[in-house]
Amino acid sequence: MNLNFFFEVLIGGLLSGVMYALVALGFVLIYKASGVFNFAQGAMVFFAALTCVSLTEFGWPLWVAIAATIVVMSVLGLAIERVVLRPLVNQPEISLFMATIGLTFFIEGMAQLMWGAEVKRLDLGIEDVPMESLLQSFNIIVSKFDMIAAAICALLVGGLALFFSRTKVGRALRAVADDHQAALAVGIPLQQIWGIVWGVAGFVALVAGLLWGSRNGVQFSLTFVALKALPVLILGGFTSVPGAIIGGLIIGASEKLAEVYLGPFVGGGIEGWFPYVLALLFLLVRPEGLFGEKIIRRI
Amino acid sequence: MFYREAGQFKSSYETDGQIFPIRQDRIGILLLIGLAFVAIPLVATPYFFSAILIPFLIFSLAALGLNILTGYAGQLSLGSAAFMAVGAFSAYNFVLRVPGIPLLAAFILGGLCAAAVGIVFGLPSLRVRGFYLAASTLATQFFVVWALTKVRWFTNYSSSGVITAQKMQILGVDFDTPVSKYLLVLSIVAVLALLAKNMVRSNMGRCWMAVRDMDVAAEVIGIRLMRAKLLAFAVSSFYCGVAGALYAYAYLGTVEPEAYSLDLSFRILFMVIIGGLGSVMGSFLGAAFIVLLPVLLNTLAHAASISTAVASNLELMVFGALIIFFLIVEPHGLARLWQIAKEKLRLWPFPH
Repeated sequence: MNLNFFFEVLIGGLLSGVMYALVALGFVLIYKASGVFNFAQGAMVFFAALTCVSLTEFGWPLWVAIAATIVVMSVLGLAIERVVLRPLVNQPEISLFMATIGLTFFIEGMAQLMWGAEVKRLDLGIEDVPMESLLQSFNIIVSKFDMIAAAICALLVGGLALFFSRTKVGRALRAVADDHQAALAVGIPLQQIWGIVWGVAGFVALVAGLLWGSRNGVQFSLTFVALKALPVLILGGFTSVPGAIIGGLIIGASEKLAEVYLGPFVGGGIEGWFPYVLALLFLLVRPEGLFGEKIIRRI
Repeated sequence: MFYREAGQFKSSYETDGQIFPIRQDRIGILLLIGLAFVAIPLVATPYFFSAILIPFLIFSLAALGLNILTGYAGQLSLGSAAFMAVGAFSAYNFVLRVPGIPLLAAFILGGLCAAAVGIVFGLPSLRVRGFYLAASTLATQFFVVWALTKVRWFTNYSSSGVITAQKMQILGVDFDTPVSKYLLVLSIVAVLALLAKNMVRSNMGRCWMAVRDMDVAAEVIGIRLMRAKLLAFAVSSFYCGVAGALYAYAYLGTVEPEAYSLDLSFRILFMVIIGGLGSVMGSFLGAAFIVLLPVLLNTLAHAASISTAVASNLELMVFGALIIFFLIVEPHGLARLWQIAKEKLRLWPFPH
């Protein structure tokens, strides 16, 4: 086995794992704060990227477009909270989940109605070329774009972690995640917190959409990114930010390695289901995922 | 007034345990069956059969299958299309490779294959629940479609991966016109629906409901969790498998594994949710709603002369919005609306 090649695959997998983690992060944020399994995260990634690209096509500079998209995503998040989730308070989780699937359809339709359905190119000004230094010293080909994307993700995750643990809003958020009623009782404005969470999730969706979009073009298939993030979630636990990241790394790396080393024996294309089966096998050992809260059931 | 059961006394255990205890229900169901078997074939057009009625019945069957699993046994599944695919492709292979096999036997064997796959992929339900389970049923969805595409034996080595369903012939009678296909599908669906209705009020169904409401408590009172859950997966997959076989044979004709995509799974889940979780009739109402909605929206779009691209996006939006609307307005589904109507009819026209 060629060791250099192995490392190339491994690093490529880890880097794409970071991207999965980024999408999974959006899920975790919302699930933690409101107990909603937001299936529409993939559609939000698509909508954010499409909005941003379309604005640049109007001749807006990239930074202005990104800022405008952040505003749009926050408004969208607030609107979702107000129109969809608030009337559904106290419904069983499955109803909320179904509502977000409905939301997925709605956002997908809206995005294409507003901006058209054709594939758009997005250029963030980062080249997709091998890193010179790594190529020379270790003879390993790693894309510069992937490296920078991973760095951005790491920054974002670090920033969010700080935001959650150090700021007042972050603390309120964790209180809400812990117990809605107790949080209300000590005077935390629940609705406002939910609005913030959806806004942040929209922002995360935008970053994910931009990175994925400049990789593969901004197109409808971006919505399938959500399906990539699900095994990450089951592996890492629905309620854990570090879980999303480590789960993402494991899934990314094992998926690429399996595709390269196992794929040829079974006809290839196993990337679609391998992460799920992996996560499933893992669940049999630890039903709450790596870092999920221990499930305690009482009668 | 119309639903008043006054004067209908039960004087034996048989009458107490019968499937429709109220006379009005019995008359209503007989009328409905008569309508479906006799009146509709006399009046409906071929387009109506092949574009609306047949898919409606097939989806009802699939929704019924999922409803047994999700509505009665409480195990959320996003892989129902995969079980339909297993049913369709195994029925195809049975007809292809076993000479002289009766078609109905092939359908049943297809359903049994789906049930076997269902048991295997239902195993995680013993350890995980809720969204973890839902996400892990996606493994079924992706794995089955991948396997059917990659293993060429399943599609009989056809170059495009598409199978063409064989002619439907039972006891020398060809089922090739829309009316005959409709009657065949209707008969199968009616028998299976009756079976399901009886199943959910038997010991088995009550075990499922106990598991749904709280599985730890169910285990404490002596229900075997493993048996109940795996049985729910098996029965549900059997229904989905038969529905999948009918989908290939009576509706599409030629079919590829990709036809049983995640989208189809979602649509079946929508039918169950909109129709009403834990209700046999709800499966039918939900299927009718989801089948008719796109037709209706298309007609409206035509009438308003909107371009196809815009119309398809609008359709997505309206579809999504309606689902949210329904969940907000009536979270217990259309079946609940019917129950409310029944309550009202019972008293009408006197309010007290």
